[in-house]
Amino acid sequence: MEAVLFILFGAIAVCGAIMVVTRKSPMASALYLILTLFAVAALFVLRQAHFLAAVQVIVYAGAVVVLFVFVIMLINVPEDRLPVERATTTRVLGVLAAGIFILESAVLARRFWMQKGPAAEVGTVETVGRALFTDYLLAFEITSVLLLAAVIGAIALAKRKT
Amino acid sequence: MTGPLFDIAVAVARIAVFFAFCFGLVVVMTWVERKGAAYIQDRRGPNRADIFGIRAWGLFHPLADALKFLFKEDFIPDNAHRLFYQMAPMFSLAPAILGIAVIPFGPDVTVMGRRIALQIADLNVGILYLFAVSGMTVYGVVLAGWASGSKYPLLGGLRSSAQMLSYEVSMGLSLIGIFMVFESVRMSQIVTGQGGLLFGVLPKWGVFVQPLGFILFLVAQYAEANRTPFDLPEGESELVAGYHTEYASFKFSMFMMAEYLHMVVGAAVVATLFFGGWQFPYLGDAGFLLPGGSTVAVPPALVLLLRIGAFVSKVLFFAWLYVWIRWTIPRLRYDQVMRLGWKVMLPLSLLNIFATGLILLLLNK
Amino acid sequence: MTIGVIKVARPRKMSFPESLYLVEIVKGLGVTMGHMLSNIVRQEGIKTIEYPEVRREMPPRFRGRHRLMKREDGTPRCVACYCCATACPAKCITIVAGESPDPGVEKYPVRFDIDMLRCVFCGMCVEACPCDAIRMDTGWFTPPDDTREKLIFTIDTLLEK
Ligand code: SF4
Ligand code: SF4
Repeated sequence: MEAVLFILFGAIAVCGAIMVVTRKSPMASALYLILTLFAVAALFVLRQAHFLAAVQVIVYAGAVVVLFVFVIMLINVPEDRLPVERATTTRVLGVLAAGIFILESAVLARRFWMQKGPAAEVGTVETVGRALFTDYLLAFEITSVLLLAAVIGAIALAKRKT
Repeated sequence: MTGPLFDIAVAVARIAVFFAFCFGLVVVMTWVERKGAAYIQDRRGPNRADIFGIRAWGLFHPLADALKFLFKEDFIPDNAHRLFYQMAPMFSLAPAILGIAVIPFGPDVTVMGRRIALQIADLNVGILYLFAVSGMTVYGVVLAGWASGSKYPLLGGLRSSAQMLSYEVSMGLSLIGIFMVFESVRMSQIVTGQGGLLFGVLPKWGVFVQPLGFILFLVAQYAEANRTPFDLPEGESELVAGYHTEYASFKFSMFMMAEYLHMVVGAAVVATLFFGGWQFPYLGDAGFLLPGGSTVAVPPALVLLLRIGAFVSKVLFFAWLYVWIRWTIPRLRYDQVMRLGWKVMLPLSLLNIFATGLILLLLNK
Repeated sequence: MTIGVIKVARPRKMSFPESLYLVEIVKGLGVTMGHMLSNIVRQEGIKTIEYPEVRREMPPRFRGRHRLMKREDGTPRCVACYCCATACPAKCITIVAGESPDPGVEKYPVRFDIDMLRCVFCGMCVEACPCDAIRMDTGWFTPPDDTREKLIFTIDTLLEK
């Protein structure tokens, strides 16, 4: 059962991701991105990591992609005026590099994580919270400083008179 | 019945009953909205639709509306993006109903020797799930606005996405206090946590331990649901009908249903988080425990009934509050909405978290 | 009386509790709830008139739909002089005159149609009529109908009232 669901959602995630980069209309890409994010959230749920799944949806689908969509709407380029994209050498190389990266990470993943068996209580609110505020406290605080810097930067940019 | 079969049957029954409750309430709420608005404005409201001459105070109007929407022409404007235009109403209806999945309708009951939770799914991320779902509602609006291929829906969609993004932040932050007080994000635990008494007199409901959080959450929720005074995305004086201007027939009614589902589910969420969910004041598992120390024994079946009744009446009250507020408060201006969201609600909700933390720290010492 | 200047008070600054809005919102909720409850209990508070069954009393000088007056013997008082049709700014009166069988009367209207959809209810026809044959004192509007033809009132309809 779990394997079937894993393959199903994994396939949805991968297909969605491919659609994101191949669609011409930016709005379609954004919607496929949501689909991919949801499929990944479902994979988290399959691993009992409900917290990660919820955060994935809240942060990525609920906020980041909304911003994308917001910008797409604001600019609203008509479909016939979209730039034509060709398969240049860089693109081909990029696809090759991405393939190699995926293969390598699959090998690494098999080595390090897959063998550990069921990851029962890794992604719940309690465990994530505890890990963030003990083992990864420094990283957590540094990230928050980084975000603060970004906020201040945004305000500074908005306030600057041109 | 054998184990797994029984579980599946229970799950299906729960989903069916709770969904039926929500959709039934949606139908009633459309009537309440029209009739309530009429009486508030010294009018009579709908009273003409009848079945065999029985008018029943216009109660058949929702039925007539539904029939009308079903038989209207399903129209797609020339400029619209066909696929997205048709998807938008679904994007808006689905997240609206999903929230009900984590709401406990009553305490656990024992049927045929098994404990059954009156809740579709008791997720350990309860409230976060609610956030995730409510974050999705914006897509329906945005997609409708964009795919209609006309300027008023586009403006409505832009307004609404900006508004929802702004208020989602304070909505999330206003609930942190609740997590802190009840030490859980699991809905069932939050409700059980509200069973105690505060200072020996008040029920320990969320609204009494988090009054500021309650007000902030209520306001944010109204903004999220695009209800007056935050219904600028469909401000008819300047945007016709906002994001659903180009929609007709059943697709339009799906937007309407989504709006009322927001009200119903939102009312259930407020009742659960801030008003004790199914907790009946002073009612314990065995009977009433009055503040003076006296007790009144109540049979368990009646306790269950009282509790479910308490939940339903709370939901009804908050659903009515949506209507009541709508016909009392005028619409805000757009800059006022943004100012309220970022300059008032956000600092206040941060202050609320800080104050709650401080008080908890002092109390635990 | 000379034209006076009315001093409109500037909105005064809100006090602090008012600027929080919360109390004021609750007061407003009280007002609306009061209206609703009183309307449920006492239906007289409701201003709506249930139109087809109940009709509003029109003021006496209200210009409603037209009627043609009759003589004592029941024939139309109209002498088909075309004054009303000429005066009508909307050009919505169509008259076909015929020779009257009554030796004392010269002409009578064989047809007298008013297109109620074009009529602007200005009352010029009434003013123009030399023999007070057309009046607009029925105290009622043109009732709605489902075809345009039915709203061209003929002489029979006009004489009825
Ligand atoms: S009321 Fe005015 S518009 Fe109507 S028929 Fe008489 S003159 Fe013509
Ligand atoms: S003005 Fe009077 S008399 Fe002359 S045609 Fe009109 S209704 Fe008849």
